[in-house]
Amino acid sequence: MKVDARAFALPLALIVMAEIGARAHGPSDSLAPPSAIAAAFLEALSDGSLLIATRDTLASAFAGLLVGGAIGLSLGVALGAVPALNRALEAAIELTRPIPSVALVPIALVALGFGYRLEIAIVAYACVWPLLLLTRAAVAGVEPRLIEVARALRLNPLARVVKIVVPAALPRIFVAFRLAAGVALIVAVTVEIAVNPIGLGAGIMTAGQALRPELMLAYLVWIGLVGFALNALLVLAQQRLFGRAAQVAEAP
Amino acid sequence: MRSLRDRLLGVVVLALLVALWQIVANLKLVSPVYLPGPDRAFTALVHGLAASDLGAKLMGTIEHMIEGWLLASIAGIALGALIGASSQARAFIAPTLEFLRPLPASAIIPVAIAVFGLSPAMALGVIAFGAIWPMLLATIHGFAAVEPRLYEVAAALRLSRPAVIFKIALPSALPDILAGLRLGLTVALILAVVCEMIAGLNGLGNWVLLSARMFRSADLFAGVILLGAVGFVGALALNIAERRLLAWRAP
Repeated sequence: MKVDARAFALPLALIVMAEIGARAHGPSDSLAPPSAIAAAFLEALSDGSLLIATRDTLASAFAGLLVGGAIGLSLGVALGAVPALNRALEAAIELTRPIPSVALVPIALVALGFGYRLEIAIVAYACVWPLLLLTRAAVAGVEPRLIEVARALRLNPLARVVKIVVPAALPRIFVAFRLAAGVALIVAVTVEIAVNPIGLGAGIMTAGQALRPELMLAYLVWIGLVGFALNALLVLAQQRLFGRAAQVAEAP
Repeated sequence: MRSLRDRLLGVVVLALLVALWQIVANLKLVSPVYLPGPDRAFTALVHGLAASDLGAKLMGTIEHMIEGWLLASIAGIALGALIGASSQARAFIAPTLEFLRPLPASAIIPVAIAVFGLSPAMALGVIAFGAIWPMLLATIHGFAAVEPRLYEVAAALRLSRPAVIFKIALPSALPDILAGLRLGLTVALILAVVCEMIAGLNGLGNWVLLSARMFRSADLFAGVILLGAVGFVGALALNIAERRLLAWRAP
């Protein structure tokens, strides 16, 4: 990947301007100069609070991604492979899907209480949809001749799905998985900010309420870095694993 | 198009699922503290709209969502057109935007609270910031992906720069922009709910959280059903708009 030097001009200019502006303005309860943010970041990193919060957030996000992803994947394969089932459940899915994930937070709060389970449940709900919809489309779009091959080989339905359909749809399923991973992190942080007292979202809320803008902004920068790194990692994995196939799958 | 029979089948299955929900609730397989039956949820919905302030909460949420979304759409498309129209600007600005995009928009809520306080302005800022990315990036991408020969045609016709933007680049970017608008509306609804929960603003987010705190599960479900309805109607409206606006494209 070629990096254009011009890409760094804008962020550097913004950081310098923020530093000058914040220093000229004097101490504030809501914003802080980048140098103070960097200091607060190093402090939170060295006392371990940042790493513990990151672990909590990522653990919940990945657990939710696994649960929701598994549900979405199996439903997607079933609905894509059996058109009658898809037609039967279409109305139910179309009416459930628009319910925003955060709207379920209060229900999960009453049923599960604060903690990991609440967050995992909400993340799982949010991750079901990208995998369900994209897997369904990918499975329904599998080259018909491959299905004919499976028939000719007299594969039973399970073997047909495991040996033919899923491998053929795999590049597009991985794209869905990548999108769902991004969703998982966003939803995990959102749940933490809204109600759940663990993880990065709770950390940034606490820093804001404690009137420590430098720590709050350090958390914000860190959350941005984590999101960026996760996305970059998954894009890299996708290119390594599937190469051009994944790019073709993403095109439509 | 799907046939009438398929639609009927979908509705029947939906009715069966609701009936199953009712049976589960009636048999108290799940504690009624968490799970009211559809009958109780529906009664709470009707009662809330007729006698309580559920209607006002609904309007509050729709207002937050639409205001933030409109602001984000206008700013996103305008900024996207400015950035996308110049390859210089793209080289300088686009990488920073790509870096900011995966940032969970809700993470700026504490910052917005520190700057604006627990006010509607805070919600507007957060929703607009969160919902701007799909529109902004879609517009930049749409402008960058215009068929080069169209620009040659524009040069041959000696079109002015605004004319190129409005007659060639924007229509060509329209499919991307519409997809961005749809995604932005979803984000706007989610952020509206979160802001209402945190800042106690008038809206369904506040309603569902308070209902949960008071263990009034029927009211809670009524709020969630309404939120689903808002999301559904919003997506439907944009789908219809998309079909109208893109009617000129080959299907």
